[in-house]
Amino acid sequence: MKLTLHVWRQSGPNDPGRHERYEADDVSEHMSFLEMLDVVNERLVGQGEEPIAFEHDCREGICGSCGMMINGVPHGPKTLTTACQLHMRSFRDGDEIWIDPWRATAFPVLKDLVVDRSGFDRIIASGGYISVRTGSAPDGNAIPVPKDNADAAFDAATCIGCGACVAACPNASAMLFTSAKVAHLAQVPQGQAERWDRVLAMVDRHDAEGFGNCTNHGACQTACPKGISIDYIAQLNRDLIRATLRARPVEAGRDA
Amino acid sequence: MQLNSNVPSGPIAEKWDKHRFDMKLVNPANKRKYDVIIVGTGLAGASAAATMGELGYNVKAFTYHDSARRAHSIAAQGGINAAKNYQNDGDSVFRLFYDTVKGGDFRSREANVYRLAQISLNIIDQAVAQGVPFAREYGGLLANRSFGGAQVSRTFYARGQTGQQLLLGAYQALERQVGAGTVELSTRHEMMDVIVVDGVARGIVTRDLVSGGIESFTADAVVLATGGYSNVFFLSTNAKHCNVTATWRAHRRGAGFANPCYTQIHPTCIPPSGEYQSKLTLMSESLRNDGRIWVPKDAGDTRRARDIPEGERDYYLERFYPSFGNLSPRDIASRRAKEMVDSGHGVGELKNGVYLDFKDAIARLGRDAISERYGNLFEMYQKITGESPYETPMRIYPAPHYTMGGLWVDYDLMTNVPGLFAIGEANFSDHGANRLGASALMQGLADGYFVIPLTIGNYLARVPKKPIPTDHAAVKDTEREVKEKLDSLMAVNGSRTVDSFHIELGRLMWNACGMERSREGLEDALRRIPELREEFWRDVRVPGSAADLNQSLEKAGRVADFMEFAEVMCHDALTRDESCGAHYRVEHTTEDGEARRDDENFAHAAVWEFRGVGEAPVRHEEALVFENVQLSTRSYK
Ligand SMILES: Cc1cc2nc3c(=O)[nH]c(=O)nc-3n(C[C@H](O)[C@H](O)[C@H](O)COP(=O)(O)OP(=O)(O)OC[C@H]3O[C@@H](n4cnc5c(N)ncnc54)[C@H](O)[C@@H]3O)c2cc1C
Ligand code: SF4
Ligand code: FES
Repeated sequence: MKLTLHVWRQSGPNDPGRHERYEADDVSEHMSFLEMLDVVNERLVGQGEEPIAFEHDCREGICGSCGMMINGVPHGPKTLTTACQLHMRSFRDGDEIWIDPWRATAFPVLKDLVVDRSGFDRIIASGGYISVRTGSAPDGNAIPVPKDNADAAFDAATCIGCGACVAACPNASAMLFTSAKVAHLAQVPQGQAERWDRVLAMVDRHDAEGFGNCTNHGACQTACPKGISIDYIAQLNRDLIRATLRARPVEAGRDA
Repeated sequence: MQLNSNVPSGPIAEKWDKHRFDMKLVNPANKRKYDVIIVGTGLAGASAAATMGELGYNVKAFTYHDSARRAHSIAAQGGINAAKNYQNDGDSVFRLFYDTVKGGDFRSREANVYRLAQISLNIIDQAVAQGVPFAREYGGLLANRSFGGAQVSRTFYARGQTGQQLLLGAYQALERQVGAGTVELSTRHEMMDVIVVDGVARGIVTRDLVSGGIESFTADAVVLATGGYSNVFFLSTNAKHCNVTATWRAHRRGAGFANPCYTQIHPTCIPPSGEYQSKLTLMSESLRNDGRIWVPKDAGDTRRARDIPEGERDYYLERFYPSFGNLSPRDIASRRAKEMVDSGHGVGELKNGVYLDFKDAIARLGRDAISERYGNLFEMYQKITGESPYETPMRIYPAPHYTMGGLWVDYDLMTNVPGLFAIGEANFSDHGANRLGASALMQGLADGYFVIPLTIGNYLARVPKKPIPTDHAAVKDTEREVKEKLDSLMAVNGSRTVDSFHIELGRLMWNACGMERSREGLEDALRRIPELREEFWRDVRVPGSAADLNQSLEKAGRVADFMEFAEVMCHDALTRDESCGAHYRVEHTTEDGEARRDDENFAHAAVWEFRGVGEAPVRHEEALVFENVQLSTRSYK
């Protein structure tokens, strides 16, 4: 099939950027979306032009590298599917496709479709872990974890850190991402000791990174390629309230 | 080249303990005076950086990814082995050790493998304490499955995403240390070379992938945790960016490269669908538990699968191996599939696969049971191919998957260059000529959490502390060489894209040094690789600028190194004049076409020394002594 692409090209963070039009002839329905871009890029390089910069690595929906707005939708038209797993059979001959980077204050564009998502790492570094010194762990079966809890923790832990939730959100909030980690660790017994400090620290960091507030639009959940549920945000909010109440006396004491 | 394995004396079960006692320790207060560079933040690198940061070393970690969480380790599906014997089915440290040595076809170093089996126990504990959501039984205890032909259930797993969950555990531990200030993590930084001062590794040169800036970092020791080189074949199951640059650059600076020809092919991947194919997707091996593999009996049969009557199908694995059938080991299943496709029995539009059929299993167990077991894999398959495995058989074909070869290391995981260490898939140590399923995750984490944090101290405590100024001549020279290489790549300004060269090299390697190797094919490859490399340097085109985010330049540097590396791989395959594990030389087979080892002449690791591009490398040997496992021949008939 033949497609017309309008791709965001931006040479660097200070370039205003613009859409460029490319004709993609000879697209096979079996290609992945990224393979279609590969083919366009091979042609651009052949003509001595710079290829479209985009991120990718595993190309099987697990590393979270890829991500772009495809006709205004993060990762494109297919639900529960990353851009690398989207195949061209989801499009039709003659389609026009608009391709843009994630747009969010906290995700500045580095080049073309490549953005800086390091804010996610800093949210994790602020508390998205369980402190366990290497070598100090008890036997793996010392603490049984009911299967349902383990499964629920796993569901939350499948977030791939792609950033589609932020890109979809009208407030560019990263609450779905943050809550997925909070919920994962709050649902295993090992995560209890740091539960309240964790949620406070992570939400603080989230706000400091310039991600917006959550106003319950739900666009994140629809965009998420891993089906991370918006229920985790409610769970995070419950933990946050409890943690804030717990934290208050200590702080009051300190102020006095 | 000095190759001293430094294996401690004494009975195998006591070596690691004894060694830990004999090791020199770095005083806790002194640890922060030592700078340690770790390149790579996959399972091996992230666990090493987190642990060493926690111990008090001053750690500088590097990855070319935008986040440590994106390393290729994230994609591992099946699971991780550990000799916990939670199932009480007869597993033990010794059995895991034995299975690994045997599975590696007796081409690994016993002492390292034994330590790996011992440490496997701690890994599971560590991961559980970090909150890794392993699969559990209803009683709340950890669940296991059997994997890759093992007779015991020792594989721990987190659905089909074990690598993801383990890497996130290590990544979170690493980020915790970043937050605590003990680890300085540089993302989007690619290591371009190792700085060697007076024969000792003292730092690295990196390229900032956003600004293009070339920078040097010095340290008291350098650890490479940079993964494997399956992408020398272009098409493999590895993530697109996996490459050989870090280990190859270390090799050029004097580090021996061991057994580069040991590469593993995975039998169940989705075959390519066209010229534009960019990588291959693995379908978990567990599918072979219920799927039946077949091809049409008539070569060139173009009917749809469902139109081919039972009598005209050849269930060839069941025919060749009545007792193991569809569960025959990886290498055997792979070679037989290639045979079928090569003889014209391939299926699919491009006739490049064989069927893996679930019809009988669905009839026997019901669609729901099959969906419960393989639902997510079937979905993934359908996303990629547009076909539903419930309706029509899957098409599969073998693909390069894992590389057992890597930098030669001693018992302390140090290369022959003092101060330069290699861990995870980047070293050669534990899997011999063939890796067992679910053992790579185990090795990466054993190396990173439990071995290197101790053995590096044993090195640091023995060498005098001598800082290297960043304007030292060796630093400046290495930096200059890195810049010159990048400039020359930019300057070629030829007519062909980097990918076109990579694809050509990959095809050449797949045909000559892939699933089957022959003297003739390898000799031919050794003639053609230098020609291709010469053409690359004459005609490659890298647009843009080196002082900018430039993905073509990144690829060009990696492909340039593959072009050099490919040669030593073929030399290794050619001089290893036997078949063993995944290395299959057509000249050395038994009557029924199985690999025939030559223990008399090849019970050693081959370690290559670099002599210059285009120069014949020099082969050294580390003899392998088997004191605890008896050499035997495997049989799956
Ligand atoms: C599809 C698939 C499924 C698998 N499933 C299993 C399984 O079920 N069980 C199992 O045990 N094993 C499995 N394996 C194998 C296993 O995943 C890998 O062997 C293992 O994860 C490698 O870990 P690593 O830390 O050594 O390297 P990697 O995870 O590859 O990490 C390499 C790191 O090095 C960095 N790096 C590399 N070069 C440079 C450079 N020049 N400069 C800076 N940084 C650099 C990268 O950024 C990355 O951080 C699977 C492999 C594949 C391909
Ligand atoms: S929550 Fe979903 S959309 Fe957001 S980063 Fe995680 S996987 Fe991506
Ligand atoms: S490339 Fe890894 S998720 Fe798309």
